[in-house]
Amino acid sequence: MDRYFNSPVSWGHVGIFALEAIAALAVVIVFVTYAIYFERKVIGWMQFRIGPNRTGPLGLLQTVADVAKLLLKEDTIPARADKALFILAPALAFVPSFLVLAIIPYGLHLPFADLNVGFLYYIALSGVTTIAIVVAGWASNNKYALLGGMRSAAQMISYEVPLVMSIVGVTMMTGSLNLREVVLHQTGYFWHWNFIPQILGFAVFVVAAVSELNRTPFDLPEAESELVAGYHVEYSGFRFAFFMLSEYIYMYAIACLATILFLGGWNPPFPQLDFIPGLIWFALKFAVIVFFLFWIRATLPRLRVDQLMGMAWKVLLPLAILNIFLTALGIEWWG
Amino acid sequence: MEKYANQYVIVAVFLILGIVFPIVVLQLGRILRPSKPTPEKETTYESGNDPVGDSQIRFNVRYYLYALMFVVFDVETVFLYPWAVAYKQLGLFALAEMFLFVGLLLIGLIYAWRKKVLQWNSI
Repeated sequence: MDRYFNSPVSWGHVGIFALEAIAALAVVIVFVTYAIYFERKVIGWMQFRIGPNRTGPLGLLQTVADVAKLLLKEDTIPARADKALFILAPALAFVPSFLVLAIIPYGLHLPFADLNVGFLYYIALSGVTTIAIVVAGWASNNKYALLGGMRSAAQMISYEVPLVMSIVGVTMMTGSLNLREVVLHQTGYFWHWNFIPQILGFAVFVVAAVSELNRTPFDLPEAESELVAGYHVEYSGFRFAFFMLSEYIYMYAIACLATILFLGGWNPPFPQLDFIPGLIWFALKFAVIVFFLFWIRATLPRLRVDQLMGMAWKVLLPLAILNIFLTALGIEWWG
Repeated sequence: MEKYANQYVIVAVFLILGIVFPIVVLQLGRILRPSKPTPEKETTYESGNDPVGDSQIRFNVRYYLYALMFVVFDVETVFLYPWAVAYKQLGLFALAEMFLFVGLLLIGLIYAWRKKVLQWNSI
């Protein structure tokens, strides 16, 4: 793919890039379909249940059937909703979530867009989804939706600050924001990966990322017991599906970013294992992080809303700033 | 520069596909799905009751306070990133400067903390 980057822009390239983008969309939709299936299966096993097992062999077609149902379902828009904003919100949530996939490098010669702004691109776009959630909550003209939307926005902006700051340490060690260079900087044995020198940053990143994804134990915006379903309570059919889709695409993006920034990307844990392709190592680390997200969903109870907001500002933010200065001092002393 | 433009062509292609995909799927759904709206279906959901009053109301000021804090600290991170990228060339003097800058903002955080902005005591 590198050779396309080193030649001037032409319509032929645009065609190739369009095919790549369609391939990325197909991959991510297959991922979302089976991530939902495995999430239900894994949580089922952890709770001594079987999980979906009726539709197709081993229940493998369960999510496909669910998507088909959503596609065929009547789409009701409440009479008192703000129609234009109500229709806009699902698309506004989906577009940035798909755009962030453009920068993720899966291997040394497998990046899509090799942008120098790297991680900042992700942060800038994921912020747009917050706006979509507020728009959805407001346009529904529903009390639960409004509460869920406002809570969601407050939570996402609060946790965005420690999330962004936890990466600063990695940036300082690499001297670049480019995701490809971040991975190249981690070449070697597994103790060269960023998660050991940046253990504090990694911890803050994981907690803030789980919260950004609105997943348990931080799924306050969707707290079924108090808010019914949060900001998307009035959405039905495929508009609802787009909110779910963008949520799972962000899970995909965050798992990829955690792999790239802290777990060495496509590097094997020992250089001797280099004969196994980098893509397999990437997929393994990615799968471990996705499994971890399912695991904590089955294990941890939900936080209270006051504890949640307090944690972002009183615990994670000071820790993230401490990590930045510890990294700076470490670079001064050990080079 | 000419070569670098390719990267943003990819981003543009992703943007176009990201916009086209929801439109196509929702139009496809319009052909497939039934549409029989009744006034009962179109009422706002409120746990089975008829909705009371309007929902687009003025809400708790606390959300704005969080938004203000977010603006302050997000701008701080915008300043942190160029410093972090160039840190190895800048050395100790830049570290001292950043220490002052972050320290000033931390005073703001402590002030908000003391004023109980971070205390969440109702919905």
